Amino acid sequence: MFEGLEERFRRVLPKADFCSLRAVDERNEIVQVRQNVLQPIQLFQDCGAMITVMDRGGYGYAATSDLSMEGLQRATERALSWAHLAAGQCVFDYTKVAMPHPRGKYESPAKTAWESIPMTAKIDIVKRECERLKTDDLIADFTAVLWYARSESFYLTNEGGSVHQVIRRIYPNLSVTASEGTTSRTRTLGAGALCRQGGFEVLQDVGFMEEGPQLAREALELLSAPNCPEGKMDLLLDPSQLYLQIHESIGHPLELDRILGDERNYAGTSFVQPEYFGSFRYGSDLLNITYDPTIPEEFASFGFDDDGLEAEKLYLIEKGVLKRAMGGLISQTRAGIPGVANARADGWRRPPIDRMANLNLEPGESSLDEMIRSVEKGIYMRSNTSWSIDDSRNKFQFGCEWGRLIENGKLTQVVHSPNYRGISETFWNNLVMVGNRSEFGVLGTPNCGKGEPNQVMRVGHATPPALFRDVDVFGGD
Amino acid sequence: MQEQFYAITDYAVSILQGDEVINLSFEGEESDFVRFNHSRIRQPGSVFSIDLGIDLIRGQRHAEGHLALAGVREEDRERVRAAIEELRGRLDHLPEDPHLLYATEVHSTERFGECDLPDREVVLGEILRGGQEKDLVGIFAQGPIYRGFANNLGQKNWFATRSFHLDWSFYLRADKAVKTSYAGSRWDAEILRKKMDEAAQQLELLKVEPKTIKPGKVRAYLSPSAVCEILGTVAWMGFGLKDHKSKISSLIKMTAGDATLHPSFNLAENTAEGIAPNFDSKGFIKDDKVTIIENGKFKDYLVSPRSAKEYGVPTNGARSFEYPESCDLAAGDLASDTVLEKLGTGAYINNLWYLNYSDRPACRLTGMTRFATFWVEDGRISAPLNVMRFDESFYRMFGANLIGLTREREVLLDNNTYGGRQAGSARLPGALIDDFPFTL
Repeated sequence: MFEGLEERFRRVLPKADFCSLRAVDERNEIVQVRQNVLQPIQLFQDCGAMITVMDRGGYGYAATSDLSMEGLQRATERALSWAHLAAGQCVFDYTKVAMPHPRGKYESPAKTAWESIPMTAKIDIVKRECERLKTDDLIADFTAVLWYARSESFYLTNEGGSVHQVIRRIYPNLSVTASEGTTSRTRTLGAGALCRQGGFEVLQDVGFMEEGPQLAREALELLSAPNCPEGKMDLLLDPSQLYLQIHESIGHPLELDRILGDERNYAGTSFVQPEYFGSFRYGSDLLNITYDPTIPEEFASFGFDDDGLEAEKLYLIEKGVLKRAMGGLISQTRAGIPGVANARADGWRRPPIDRMANLNLEPGESSLDEMIRSVEKGIYMRSNTSWSIDDSRNKFQFGCEWGRLIENGKLTQVVHSPNYRGISETFWNNLVMVGNRSEFGVLGTPNCGKGEPNQVMRVGHATPPALFRDVDVFGGD
Repeated sequence: MQEQFYAITDYAVSILQGDEVINLSFEGEESDFVRFNHSRIRQPGSVFSIDLGIDLIRGQRHAEGHLALAGVREEDRERVRAAIEELRGRLDHLPEDPHLLYATEVHSTERFGECDLPDREVVLGEILRGGQEKDLVGIFAQGPIYRGFANNLGQKNWFATRSFHLDWSFYLRADKAVKTSYAGSRWDAEILRKKMDEAAQQLELLKVEPKTIKPGKVRAYLSPSAVCEILGTVAWMGFGLKDHKSKISSLIKMTAGDATLHPSFNLAENTAEGIAPNFDSKGFIKDDKVTIIENGKFKDYLVSPRSAKEYGVPTNGARSFEYPESCDLAAGDLASDTVLEKLGTGAYINNLWYLNYSDRPACRLTGMTRFATFWVEDGRISAPLNVMRFDESFYRMFGANLIGLTREREVLLDNNTYGGRQAGSARLPGALIDDFPFTL
């Protein structure tokens, strides 16, 4: 799709301070078996480009699926006209940002390429894992799915920048629901968050071909389990829940465009103020949060963001103290606050905005057993099923699929509908133990919504389990 | 765009082989988007996008694909030819699909929206002038959107609308703001000015020192926008036949007859009076009206063609995710101008935010208040209310604790732009509710 694209771009370049082309060619395939019936295999092929122009202090973009010379010419003229129309009326003088002109490439690892496995073999694998979920007559719904996405992008700038990136992502999931009367309980493979970059080897790495029967047993067990008790207690979170706690109560509030107010009409603002950077105690000394594009299998690793900034591992929170924001180069320049390479767009139709990429909790020194043994009264929760947080990212509530009480240092009763709520700053300052590297889980989500116009983003979160003191826990109705 | 779709349909049909059947669905837009922050422009731009869905069928075997078209005849023919060849290559390897159902009777339709879209320069000027000396943040979107369906049986459906949507907030400070919108197909600067004046007046109410209340139960008024958030969440895994039959429905207790809502609660998917297209991607025409809840009791599910085949019932034209696109909650008898009086002392909630199930089988929801929410004492607004979390069962909210629904309803256009601009809407009243539990 990109053949001759660079030459055509160079030929339509306008006289402007800055101009870039970001072309994306993405192919998605979804193989899903529900209740032992193969669902229609979905094949999505999407290709187009966005031209961005900065000139006279203004900014404008135009996205098109017409990559011919004429199509690019029209898009360039449209983007230039937007930049000139906006000049002098923008929230920021775009001449103040020195856009990079990078050269480089990045490619996801893949030991066994998705394309090398015949479609019939993929169907057989998904069918087999679906069948293995139906272990009992009380299993009412059961689904296995593999979602593969190959995204190839080409970023060009008016001063010779040229970046080629190929990202391969696999998103395997299992879901099983046990039901009796009007009660139903669902278990999923890692809360549907075991999405990775790579090839077919990811299936083995995340237990896609092992976990099914166990998930079914747990769904059945939850049917007869008691409701989660209510009260203040210690809370041990598995990576399949903690990843989303990090996402919602650290990732989003640190997005610089929220702090700058861009998102106030939609995704929201942030309790984090510009003056917090460098001194604000976000959490206990055990809280070390990194932006880390260097874990190859993590869902949002890349070499360069969508404004051409090279990605490198950086600490956002170190020993509990806030150091750096999740903001790309334009936001960094607007705010005068250090950030990371996270200006990202969800495809060629949308402009880059500040998004999470890989946002991780660095491992501590505790084993899971040590954390359990340290708890007198508490609960261990796995697999997120519900999430909600206010628009400043303060008051949150989460629910999990599965909970197990911890009493006097031992795991005891399994409970259904475990929920907890709290306030971000208080919660992270009550972090008392962090799992070690052997407990480190690499997860992510393919569905983070934000932006006007709306964008859905793939982000990665790697984390060990962690223990929190004095959390409000409660159950279902 | 319609001619382009029909031309590519003719081409796709011309390269079919043997007894192949093809269903084509079309989604396109030519949109301008302008983002605002602090009453200035953040990101302006345009998007030209065409997506073609192809379902290639041979007997009970079929393969589905979606591809972006360039809008250029020869290029698009090549893309479609390559896509059909790839799908055809898959057919031999796929099993028969027992749940495949597509329209075999021809029902062609056309619907064109009116248009009088403004010049972008004029609009920007009027929006920015309205935001002067205020803190305006939001987005303006405009342009045509297109939907189409065609098959090799000769059915052709076309839907085109040209509209604008300004969705914005005036901010006072931190999280205190008034959110509103102006949408339609005929731009009127006077209407915008009036809406901005009204928002500015409401902003004055936020200047009072905000009130923080302790968690507990209060009487609450939910505006139509807040009701929309609740229904939008319950519709997610609540109204569809597939979710019900799979035992994952949030309304499982209601469909079993173990729970009911207030007798005044009547909810429908009202396609005839909505603005969304009335056809689906399999060629079925949607029922004009599907009554989902009647007199507080569950009545009919939204049924996609796939669910219809699987469970042996007729489809009512719901799309595959069985989610309403023209949600219509019947009006009650509570006059809107008496809401403050009837509320007495409690919370006047203009907007809710980030709802999710806290116990799905019990249809219990949690979420936050947002934007202009006020504390009311003795029928008068006394102060803005700092954000509060609620956690409550849908059955209690709109069952035993529902005092009344308003006589007046609002039409709320879907401003969602995930993947593209949408054409859905909802017509909803406000709701006065007793013992609404704030938990944090």
